Amino acid sequence: MTTDRDQILARVHAALAPLATRAPLPDWERELVILRAARGSPDLWTLFAERLQAVNGTPLTSADELVALLDKNGWRHGYCDPVLWPRLKPAFPAGFKVELNFDRARVDDYQFGITAATAAIAETGTLVLTDHGTSRRLGALTPWVHVAVLRRDQILADVPAAVAALPKDPNVIWCTGPSKTADVEGILIEGVHGPGRQVALLVE
Amino acid sequence: MSTQPIDQFAAGLAPGTQAAIHGGSKQGHEKRTRLLFDHFPDANRLRVLAGEIKQHVVENLDTLLPQVEARMLANGVKVHWAATAAQACSAVLKIMEARSATKLVKAKTMVSEEIELTPFLEKHGIESLETDLGEFIVQIDGDHPSHIVKPIIHKSRQDIARSFEREGLGAYDDDPETITRRARQFLRGKYLAADVGLTGANFVSAESGRLVLVTNEGNSRFCLAAPRCHIALVGIEKLVPRDRDLGLLLNLLARSATAQQLTVYTEFISGPKSATQPDGPDEMHVIFVDNGRTDVLASDCREILRCIRCGACLNVCPVYRQAGGHAYRGVYPGPVGAVLSPLLLGKDFAAKADLPKASSLCGACHEVCPVNIPIPDLLLRLRDKGKREGAPLASAATPPMGVWALLASQPLAWKAALFGGRLLNVLPSKMLPVPALRAWEEKRTLPKWRGGEFRKWFRGRARLGRVQPPRPPGAPVEVRGGPAQPNKSNDH
Repeated sequence: MTTDRDQILARVHAALAPLATRAPLPDWERELVILRAARGSPDLWTLFAERLQAVNGTPLTSADELVALLDKNGWRHGYCDPVLWPRLKPAFPAGFKVELNFDRARVDDYQFGITAATAAIAETGTLVLTDHGTSRRLGALTPWVHVAVLRRDQILADVPAAVAALPKDPNVIWCTGPSKTADVEGILIEGVHGPGRQVALLVE
Repeated sequence: MSTQPIDQFAAGLAPGTQAAIHGGSKQGHEKRTRLLFDHFPDANRLRVLAGEIKQHVVENLDTLLPQVEARMLANGVKVHWAATAAQACSAVLKIMEARSATKLVKAKTMVSEEIELTPFLEKHGIESLETDLGEFIVQIDGDHPSHIVKPIIHKSRQDIARSFEREGLGAYDDDPETITRRARQFLRGKYLAADVGLTGANFVSAESGRLVLVTNEGNSRFCLAAPRCHIALVGIEKLVPRDRDLGLLLNLLARSATAQQLTVYTEFISGPKSATQPDGPDEMHVIFVDNGRTDVLASDCREILRCIRCGACLNVCPVYRQAGGHAYRGVYPGPVGAVLSPLLLGKDFAAKADLPKASSLCGACHEVCPVNIPIPDLLLRLRDKGKREGAPLASAATPPMGVWALLASQPLAWKAALFGGRLLNVLPSKMLPVPALRAWEEKRTLPKWRGGEFRKWFRGRARLGRVQPPRPPGAPVEVRGGPAQPNKSNDH
């Protein structure tokens, strides 16, 4: 008995056998896919911050700014990657409840989640999360606000650069702004299954 | 007057639905075009290149498929193959049974629609739930998606609010934000309780075995964060040769589909979670699905296998805008569906042989295609195939041509017809013998019948053996050997 695998591959071979030549694989210049707007931009963080805002994301440059944003919106209960917490903790006043363990039985308790970014893409305002670099997948996904902590030297210029730098990791996620849908009458609504607010926090 | 099935469907659409489809697709097309050409100095070059890359994939699947399989196995992925829809469904079921799994959450996948996975799983006592907002609404309504990327383009917010009320998802409220929040709340419980997360794949790199998923809502992320097992259904044509080619294709896909530079989430999945990550699947399965694709590969329309399912050809198509997706009677609507749906039927091609006729051959679909598929050419090849195979639907709404064939092949009959045609100049329009002409005359005036004049003119011109020099603009027209003297003895 032949397996489905053998059957499919035999049919593929038979289908392609009559072809006298096969279409060659073209090479292409990375230059072709660089955005006009991104050409010759001086500083990657500046470009990244601009592009992140263009997709309704929020770039921040200090933990104090982050605390002010959370406080203003009444988001005082969240999750933080335990590795990041020691350096952020001094900025958080009493009245905030930050858990270093994420309990999946209580996903709705967390209003914000703070985890580490592995990289960022300047021309698209994209944050890169990975399996190895994210303390909890659910902690970065289920709270209304996701804060990705980013260093300046992690920012890549463009999509081809980010593809070239894809790490050996089973779950690399490029996040470009908050989760959204336009399924209902084409009207944009943010915060569908993932975060309704996407924050990038730059740490020096 | 008889019409094509697609015309009959379009005529029955509610005006509101028709307007929603027309408006939604038109807006999608216009935004796409602005963005592509604003962003790139040579956007057309990108399309042509991407087409060449995907054509290379299509014509080299014999080497690329074993290559990607080897990469995936090395990455710790379990690889399955399914020749038919039934095999693909049973492969999913077997994986679930081996884990004693009973609950599945699905991110949007066209292949799962194609193989009708959900009804199959439900029959076997498995809960299979759509998580994309549009697909979820389609599921609770027992409906079908009508667009590849905007599945409920045909529904209004009032329709949706009524469905939510009926399903116990809250009192009637048609505010899109409320609808979205209610779905968010309901579905997160489902993700957390599910045993298996099922996704499709937009691209698969043959170089690294990476599977690429693009979504906006975050549902596929959730499917890979809460459940312990990931199953991906992948059509065998989804490959790209190298990782770097993703840099080109990703730049085209989201712009063509939804006029975004990138979708919100672009995921590169190469295996189960690592040992240190608390969330996510510890088992990953990929099922490569044929289900008619090798028939398409063997046909002279294999270019359609380049398709990356962006929906740009739907948005731009004047027929789609009038008729909507359900008119195409299959999973893949619009110009791509008019080519792909009949071909995927294999031996049963005749059942959808009318679809290639659902086009004015205006060429807009070719012009917007991010992988440069010559859809109008393929439609013509399929019209030809339908006729040659004698498929009755291939002739739907085609006026009977038998009389014409007789007249055109018998010189005497032809001459008589040309002479008789003069009757058209005197008959009142209601008495015209050809229904199509009658319909035409109701709204317009036929030009005066001058049967045979062109042939006389052409023959005289050929005898003179002269090529006319180009006429300077504004010069009076000089007719050489023209329709001059009627030649009664040798009239054509």
